[in-house]
Amino acid sequence: MLLQQLINGLTLGSVYAIIALGYTMVYGILELINFAHGEVYMLGAYLGIILMGFFTATGVAGPGMSLALTVVFSAMFCAMYGFAMEKVAYKPLRNAPRLSPLISAIGISIFLQNFVMLTQGATDKVFPYQFGETALIISDVRMTATQVLIIAVSMLMMISLRLFVSRTRIGKAMRATSQDKTMATLVGIDVDMIISVTFVIGAVMAAIAGVMVAAYYGLVNYTIGYIAGIKAFTAAVLGGIGSIRGAMLGGIVLGLMESLGAAYISSEYKDAIAFVVLILILLVKPAGIFGRDIPEKV
Amino acid sequence: MILPAYLNTKIAKTVIAALLGAIMLLPFKGVLSSLILFAAIASVLTVISLSGKIRVPSAFSTIPAVIKRNKTCIALSLAGILAACPLVLNNYFIDVLIMAGIYSILAIGLNVIVGFTGLLNLGFAAFYACGAYTYALLNTKIGLGFWVCLPVSALLTSCAGFLLAVPALRLRGDYLAIVTLGFGEITRLILNNWDSLTHGPNGITGIEAPTIAGISLRDLHYYYYIVFGILAVSLLIIRRVEMSRFGRAWKAIKENEIAASTIGINTTKYKLFAFAFGSFWAGIAGMLFAAKMQFVSPESFTFMESVLILSMVILGGLGNTYGAVLGAFLLVMLPEALREMQLYRMLILGMGLVLLMRFRPQGLLGVK
Amino acid sequence: MHILDAREVSKQFGGVKAIEGVSFRIGINSITSIIGPNGAGKTTLFNCLTGITPPSAGQIHFKGKDISALPPHRITHLGIARTFQNIRLFPEMTVIENVMVAQHCRIRYTLPGAIIRSGAFRSREAAIREKAYEFLELANLEAYAESHAGELPYGSQRRLEIARALATEPEILLLDEPTAGMNPSETRDVMSLIRKVQQLGKTIILIEHDMHLVMGISDWIVVLDHGVKIAEGTPVQVKNDPLVIEAYLGKETAH
Repeated sequence: MLLQQLINGLTLGSVYAIIALGYTMVYGILELINFAHGEVYMLGAYLGIILMGFFTATGVAGPGMSLALTVVFSAMFCAMYGFAMEKVAYKPLRNAPRLSPLISAIGISIFLQNFVMLTQGATDKVFPYQFGETALIISDVRMTATQVLIIAVSMLMMISLRLFVSRTRIGKAMRATSQDKTMATLVGIDVDMIISVTFVIGAVMAAIAGVMVAAYYGLVNYTIGYIAGIKAFTAAVLGGIGSIRGAMLGGIVLGLMESLGAAYISSEYKDAIAFVVLILILLVKPAGIFGRDIPEKV
Repeated sequence: MILPAYLNTKIAKTVIAALLGAIMLLPFKGVLSSLILFAAIASVLTVISLSGKIRVPSAFSTIPAVIKRNKTCIALSLAGILAACPLVLNNYFIDVLIMAGIYSILAIGLNVIVGFTGLLNLGFAAFYACGAYTYALLNTKIGLGFWVCLPVSALLTSCAGFLLAVPALRLRGDYLAIVTLGFGEITRLILNNWDSLTHGPNGITGIEAPTIAGISLRDLHYYYYIVFGILAVSLLIIRRVEMSRFGRAWKAIKENEIAASTIGINTTKYKLFAFAFGSFWAGIAGMLFAAKMQFVSPESFTFMESVLILSMVILGGLGNTYGAVLGAFLLVMLPEALREMQLYRMLILGMGLVLLMRFRPQGLLGVK
Repeated sequence: MHILDAREVSKQFGGVKAIEGVSFRIGINSITSIIGPNGAGKTTLFNCLTGITPPSAGQIHFKGKDISALPPHRITHLGIARTFQNIRLFPEMTVIENVMVAQHCRIRYTLPGAIIRSGAFRSREAAIREKAYEFLELANLEAYAESHAGELPYGSQRRLEIARALATEPEILLLDEPTAGMNPSETRDVMSLIRKVQQLGKTIILIEHDMHLVMGISDWIVVLDHGVKIAEGTPVQVKNDPLVIEAYLGKETAH
């Protein structure tokens, strides 16, 4: 029972972690809570259903190949959404008072939710393919193929993101930009480009998370982005917003807490766990586990 | 971005933007809609680039000045029109107006917190719920009447605002916003799951309408006067507080907190006060809502409700009390006026928020 | 008589010592300048004196009372007001409101009074407005009373900030680079305002870079370098202090 909950929690937590990376990267560079980031994940999930349906119906490939193609194309579409979102809602407000971009972000979030509701319907959508049920059974603990896939892909993505940020030219420029935007401009970094790249990377990861979750649960609803977004944001704050390592750990810790909490405390208040954790962390240690306190400039 | 020269022209940018939009729509809505969207984006962007910089029409930006000049005249005629409404309008219109009145009270309350003091509150629906449920429970369980409950729920909601603010105010800006959001969601989850007290998602039924001298004011035409009477009193009180040293202290905190503290304002105390004072009106609005519907359920107090109230404040102009009322009336009545657009209400609201922040962040009645 | 007595004041940020063991005394109704090269810790010292960032060690006695642990608004109540190096006005409020709000801690009335517009409310609100006008006149700003503070020219914004600080009715006024970025005529206006303030019986502490001005106006000068007090004295004493010359001009030139 406990082991089963740990596996479920780890699956859930991996998803939170990769969405949280999007929040944390954008916050690191723009100090903006990209409130609409959860909606990109939701779009990714819907695209997963739409594209998987398309690929299986047209019979271009087998189920495994179809899923791979779905992930790739969903990521591409979401990359566009991420890119466009930044250009439309945030870039024009870069020098506006701090409330403005947050409100704009809320606007985008509502827009995308209703866009999907209007085009895809308000009822749950079903993932068009059932993957083989079980991969591993050890006594009464089951781990499905999709769970293995989710955990493996998430780990892979987190490792590649870390390598990308620490090794590549663009990754280094991202770190430079997050530390000091003016200096980054002075040393010749194209800050606009770096910001776009950040949004695109975040969106790609959210899209992959979305497709995997759609395949895992089999059901998708236009409201999943808001809830997952809040939880992933909680994960990012838990680990210390701005820290990539923190987002990963925060996601997994939150996933475990939620699945254990639902099993042993109360399943009705499952969604409240994230909120309570969020509030407590913000009040007790706002810098998170890995963040550091930044004194306000006078 | 470093682009080849041919991609950096205006035409290329327009085509790219239109193409991007069309591709993004493709999987959701099919080929035809995508083509239409492509054409739409391309033509809108072309028109904009041909007409030069977008400028708000000058008549639009002089609204505040015109209103200021004819203040008394406008106020009197508005009051006259509003007072005459129940005599000529049918139940449907009165219903809409009552909702506009209730939302106005909510919006002017939230405006104290967000507009005057600059503290973004994304969980205001929780206070609205607090007022509504307080009356619902006191009335259905103990049988207390409307007028006894009015001060009780207002003060209780005020205390709730204060209690939330005590810990939350240690946070700044965005983090404060997220904590209030979390608080709002937790409140809704509790209302949804505490079956023995709140009947969960089924809500509480059989709430009584107010009575005066034993006569029930259940008829909306009478209830209308209660709502607008209370709105008028709220407006008067809030305006007077706004124009006193309390209002000035709030505005100072919003504009520069450090400077406010060095001219002797206890910023923590006044922020707490703003939360308590703003929430007070949510308590009253919640009661009015519960008594009107004679029914409350958690689904009236979602995050979207908080966003809707916030949108009213922003649309009218952050920090402008009358603006908040205008915003409330517009956002309640417009969707009713465009019935066939009902489905698109939230879609338009979302896009509207983005456009408002971009082109008129100070709202309709704000002055830049 | 000393009105302010700083004893071994230190402030650390993380591991960085911004000021260390700074002590000095300020005489009533004097003008004291705090000078020193960039990064000497002058603004940090002001932030310690006004409670914005309380000192990590040491005490600050104001009229015999230790204020080093008090929050900014309490310190203002006791009678210390300040301006900022980077002007911190309330730009969307009008000029007169900027000054009116500063009397918050001096003229009070209750919330119910404000709601029912009681007699006390009306007379006190009138007093607030009247006094605000007086301070605007002192700073030569009465013509701008109804404009937004953010729309004022730069030099006037500096003077408005001084007027606002004066409206808290302080005994000590701390001015952080009151003439920074000003042209000679604006500088003269501020200087004459500072002298007027001194004539009102106030004590003034200022941070200033313009040596000509500092030497001309100060009764006493405290010199900081790298967070440490390296000298203090009258303008003549400080001008001839080898340590001060070294701090400003570097070692070689000093010899």
